[in-house]
Amino acid sequence: MTALRTSRSGRAGQYLALLCYLVFLAFPFLWLISTAFKPPRELGSLHPTWIPEDPTLDNFRQAFDEQPLLHAAVNSLIAALAAALIAVVIATPMAYVMARHRNKLSAAATGWVVVSQAFPFVLVIIPLFLILKNLHLINTLLGLILVYVVWALPFALWMLVGYVRAVPRELEEAAAVDGAGRLRTLVSVTAPLLAPGIVATALFAFITAWNEFFFALVLLKTPEKQTLPVVLTHFLGAEGVADLGPLAAAAFLATIPSLVIFAIIQKRITGGMLAGAVKS
Amino acid sequence: MTLASAAPRSGEPGPSRPRSGRPRPVRHLDHGAWVLVLPALIPILVLSVGPLLYGISLAFTDSQAGRTEPTEWIGTLNFQDLAHDTLFWDSFRIGLLWALGVTVPQFVLALGLALLLSQNLRFRWLARALAIIPWAMPEVVVGIMWRLVYNPDAGILNETIRDLGLGDGRDWLTGLATALPAVIVVGIWAGMPQTTVALLAGLQNTPYELHEAAALDGAGAWRRFRTVTWPAIKPVALAITALNFIWNFNSFALVYVLTNGGPGGRTRLPMLFAYEEAFRYGQFGYAAAMGCVMVAVISVMLALYLVGRLKGGDEK
Repeated sequence: MTALRTSRSGRAGQYLALLCYLVFLAFPFLWLISTAFKPPRELGSLHPTWIPEDPTLDNFRQAFDEQPLLHAAVNSLIAALAAALIAVVIATPMAYVMARHRNKLSAAATGWVVVSQAFPFVLVIIPLFLILKNLHLINTLLGLILVYVVWALPFALWMLVGYVRAVPRELEEAAAVDGAGRLRTLVSVTAPLLAPGIVATALFAFITAWNEFFFALVLLKTPEKQTLPVVLTHFLGAEGVADLGPLAAAAFLATIPSLVIFAIIQKRITGGMLAGAVKS
Repeated sequence: MTLASAAPRSGEPGPSRPRSGRPRPVRHLDHGAWVLVLPALIPILVLSVGPLLYGISLAFTDSQAGRTEPTEWIGTLNFQDLAHDTLFWDSFRIGLLWALGVTVPQFVLALGLALLLSQNLRFRWLARALAIIPWAMPEVVVGIMWRLVYNPDAGILNETIRDLGLGDGRDWLTGLATALPAVIVVGIWAGMPQTTVALLAGLQNTPYELHEAAALDGAGAWRRFRTVTWPAIKPVALAITALNFIWNFNSFALVYVLTNGGPGGRTRLPMLFAYEEAFRYGQFGYAAAMGCVMVAVISVMLALYLVGRLKGGDEK
């Protein structure tokens, strides 16, 4: 330890730098919250303040009056929940095979995970749009869910492969020696050990779907079908002249679920990213 | 289609290539394994690989939205048109500026933060907690939030500038000169946490003993960083900058909400351009050709970058 002790001035510099980072990271969000609680008079003032002088909840009420926020939140919830559940249910067995078998299919799947990150969404969304249109799934939540599932798969596979590798193979072999069949081994030995990783992956898939904008913008046409991020952009209006108070209030509300879930799983996500990265 | 393309594969690796020496994990897939793989493999083939190939093939057609006559093959006509489309190449140039302008500072700032967080500082838990915000937030909300910050009258940026007596501030997002830098700052803010976390993970691989030994030998902080820390995090740094560059180049929602490509196309990223071409003007074939050009150019650039970097590492 002694050799690496930082000088006092060095320490001070580090704290100063850390302070700058804290300010940079936090100030836009604090400003969003501040704006959300300001009455129109203060929003129109030429000298806006950090802390609302006369805080109000009117912006939140007005936000719900102006746009179908609640309905949009329900749509988002359905799409994100369904996509996360389906993605995890189909990705877990495949991730298991990818982690335990070394063959061309596993290699191809890993290759797909990487390549799928590099393609611009336009190249994927135009054909998907045409395919879904033929299936009459444009402007339906089901169509959006299908797209979200496939969109969540690369990351879900990546994380889950890491989690499977962390489960000692010896445990499965021991179960096999004791006479458990393959399915039995998977269900009663591997799955319980994987459960925390599966939950983290599902929650992460939920957040990415909850936050997603581009596919929802293209695929959902009528307001009663649209998800929260798309409805939020309606506050901006055609000329970008926005009613700032309700806009901030709605944006703040839309963020809360993501922030809460992310705070819960943050450690697991970073752990999962690493686990996936270690051996691939 | 899926089964047909999958079936020959299952036999391919087969038991025919026995490896001598240590026992290998199972190389061929038996029926049980196929049952496990298919639920994910079918959607991947039908909704990802298939559309991707379909999308590439669309680039060679005159496909349009809402047309009655059948779509026809037109060879490379879209690409020839694209070569002369100055608006597209302007947009492409802006996309490269944006991607570089975001990725490079993002990396430098994230590296600084990661190095700070790996120190034994008080309040670093606070930085870790705050770093969640940009990461977890919907991109649309990030855009809305920064519009409030940049707002010419009610925004905190101009108010701060006025308080510091630096003038009246300006309308950042609609000024021809300031719009692109302003959105780049937002891009940096939004992507910094992921990069920081990845680099922090890399830093945990740095051998502490080496650090200590170097310090005992009288190496300063900068030399220790160059000779001990950097080699350890280099693979992570390469991977994350390459990924960031791709993600940033393909970014859409942030700029859509902040400026929608304005003013006068100064922030019209290629994705925004292609989106309008496809879903406002209905030119599916032409937009698909744009997508192909984007993939091709970015792949070549990344390949050169990675090869160059890796070589540079070997020569040392």
